Amino acid sequence: MPAALTIPTAARPALYVRGLVKRYGQLAAVDGLDLEVMPGECFGLLGPNGAGKTTTIEILEGLMPASAGEVEVLGIRWREGRDLELRERLGIQLQETKLSDKFSVQETVELFRSFYARGPLPDEVIRRVALEEKRKTWVVKLSGGQRQRLSLACALVNAPDVLFLDEPTTGLDPQSRRQVWELVDDFRRQGGTTLLTTHYMDEAERLCDRVAIMDHGKIIALGTPAELIATLGAEHVVEFAVEGELELAAVERLPGVSQARSEAGRISLIVREPHVSIPALLDELSRRRTPLARLTTHHATLEDVFVSLTGRTLRDE
Amino acid sequence: MNDVTGEAGRAAREPAEAAPRAGAPFAPPGAAERSAPPHAEVPSPRPRAAAGSTQGWKSSPLWNLTRMRMLGFLREPEAVFWVFAFPVLMALALGIAFRSQGPQKSRIGIEQGPRAAAIAAALRRSPDLELFTLAPEAARVALRRGRIGVLVRAADPGPPTLTYDPSRPETRLAYLAALDALERAAGRIDPLPVRADTQPRPGSRYIDFLIPGLIGLNLLGTGMWGVGFPVATARQQKLLKRLIATPMRRRDYLLSLMLARLVWLAFEVAAVLGFGIAVFGTIVRGSWLAFGLVTLIGALAFSSLGLLVVSRARTVEAVSGLMNVVMLPMWLLSGSFFSSERFPAFMQPLVQALPLTIVNNALRAIMNESATLAAVAVPLAVLGVWGIVCFALALRLFRWE
Repeated sequence: MPAALTIPTAARPALYVRGLVKRYGQLAAVDGLDLEVMPGECFGLLGPNGAGKTTTIEILEGLMPASAGEVEVLGIRWREGRDLELRERLGIQLQETKLSDKFSVQETVELFRSFYARGPLPDEVIRRVALEEKRKTWVVKLSGGQRQRLSLACALVNAPDVLFLDEPTTGLDPQSRRQVWELVDDFRRQGGTTLLTTHYMDEAERLCDRVAIMDHGKIIALGTPAELIATLGAEHVVEFAVEGELELAAVERLPGVSQARSEAGRISLIVREPHVSIPALLDELSRRRTPLARLTTHHATLEDVFVSLTGRTLRDE
Repeated sequence: MNDVTGEAGRAAREPAEAAPRAGAPFAPPGAAERSAPPHAEVPSPRPRAAAGSTQGWKSSPLWNLTRMRMLGFLREPEAVFWVFAFPVLMALALGIAFRSQGPQKSRIGIEQGPRAAAIAAALRRSPDLELFTLAPEAARVALRRGRIGVLVRAADPGPPTLTYDPSRPETRLAYLAALDALERAAGRIDPLPVRADTQPRPGSRYIDFLIPGLIGLNLLGTGMWGVGFPVATARQQKLLKRLIATPMRRRDYLLSLMLARLVWLAFEVAAVLGFGIAVFGTIVRGSWLAFGLVTLIGALAFSSLGLLVVSRARTVEAVSGLMNVVMLPMWLLSGSFFSSERFPAFMQPLVQALPLTIVNNALRAIMNESATLAAVAVPLAVLGVWGIVCFALALRLFRWE
């Protein structure tokens, strides 16, 4: 076997970004971003609206030029004469493309398939996204979830090496979201590399091998979902509200509490062991004669990581 | 920046296999200063065969884009109406409004008086006159308001007086007709008898002038809207952006819009022409080949113009405005409803250079004046230049995002 083919592919990132900056006038939508995504990896860009996720993904897709920095996709740079060759290997789903209303599923997939030299048969792609029964249906008559699967079909017609998904499940019902997730899982199982943006934490945890949390054009945390959650120092979140006032200082030193935060009358504690911290909290409240209005607990999520890093919730903006 | 991408990408497409790794030799000036890519090109992680069960499916993107455009048109009932029904309805309305009404009669007033009856008897022998006997005051009002063209007065002895306004053709005509009738009644002998042939012929009527103009107008409207509207919609819906995220050639997309137009062209021209032939008896006297070529090249020129107009506009509304700015001067100046020769000489260079003027004049020459292909070669060449220049500019200026 020739030596060139024995280089382990794992050594070469499928996506490589160094010092990426994108400015719109004075505003830097992306402000010095570094990123490496390995072949076969499913990587999530996570963050609130306006964090620079879409700008980043569209620069990687070659749809807009960067103001500064280096970008390589599959080891190739955009605008150096190999764009069409590279596009043959990419699958792209944009955030808000509206496919033409009055074309059928079949017609739409065939159109996109015709742009590529290689790939599965249109029928096979339609079957893969479970739209066989809607083959002759016009796009205008599809549900939101079906449209999104059609849009995925258009991204998969060339059996791409890299799949870019910009908020693939925004606005979908839970069942449609799961269908989209299964398609992304399938793609990863076949060895494809995925870069997706989302502001759903559960989506990132469910799909992504690694996640970068973005805010104001920068990556503020990067790692596997488990690693990121581990940075909180504890795995559980206790949220409660009281009738009347309560100072944060009163609860942040309770046993097992690693962080405490107060927002809009709601206090959340990140705790290692709820069965230790909650009785302590209740004791403290009754000692202060402060009645409890509400109390919930959940496993710490990436959402809690984001709140802990920025002091804001993802849906604030 | 898009043009650079597109052009260079296309150029590099064929020798893709031979292309050096990481693209360095294709790098633009200035790339050398940047650090070399730290990573080699990443090969596909799995054999292509595993990616899909069949690789053999092949369908031309240009054909698929054109087919979609044609289907898209058929599935918009409004568009079908504007292209086919509208010009036919317009031809019908104008054809009826300006139909030949037979010889027009001149309206002659006779002032009441002792000799009024004799004068009326003399004038009545001419079939082209319509007579009104009026009191003196009423007669002056009728004359002033144009209800009669000439007033004949014979109150006192001596020759009758004919009052009329010589600056208007129809009153002058009424004067001549009245004079003629009075002279004949007085016993004039014509020194040169003539035979009049008054049969109207197809080719010289207003409808014969109108039908080529309507065909030209229709080519303009459908040519420009036929490419402008789909592009504006696709751009607004970010479909254009999605399309350029594929390896689709940009040129193919623009060409498909024009090709889809051509398929409908034959039908829409046939609709107007067939209507003219069936209802008004218009005929094509000259070369059918020339007729076909003028409509074809004309349609391509208008489509190119439409592409150029829509090349930068971001919204459907902006496109509507721009389309009207471009089309209105041609509606007015290019002689679809009346001859463009009516405009003063200093405007003629502009008027004659407009593509619609060229199409209208060429179609009229072919239909009504038996022009051959050679006779319309120059207009065809000028139309071709319009088309090529507009397409090249559109390809350059086109906004894909």
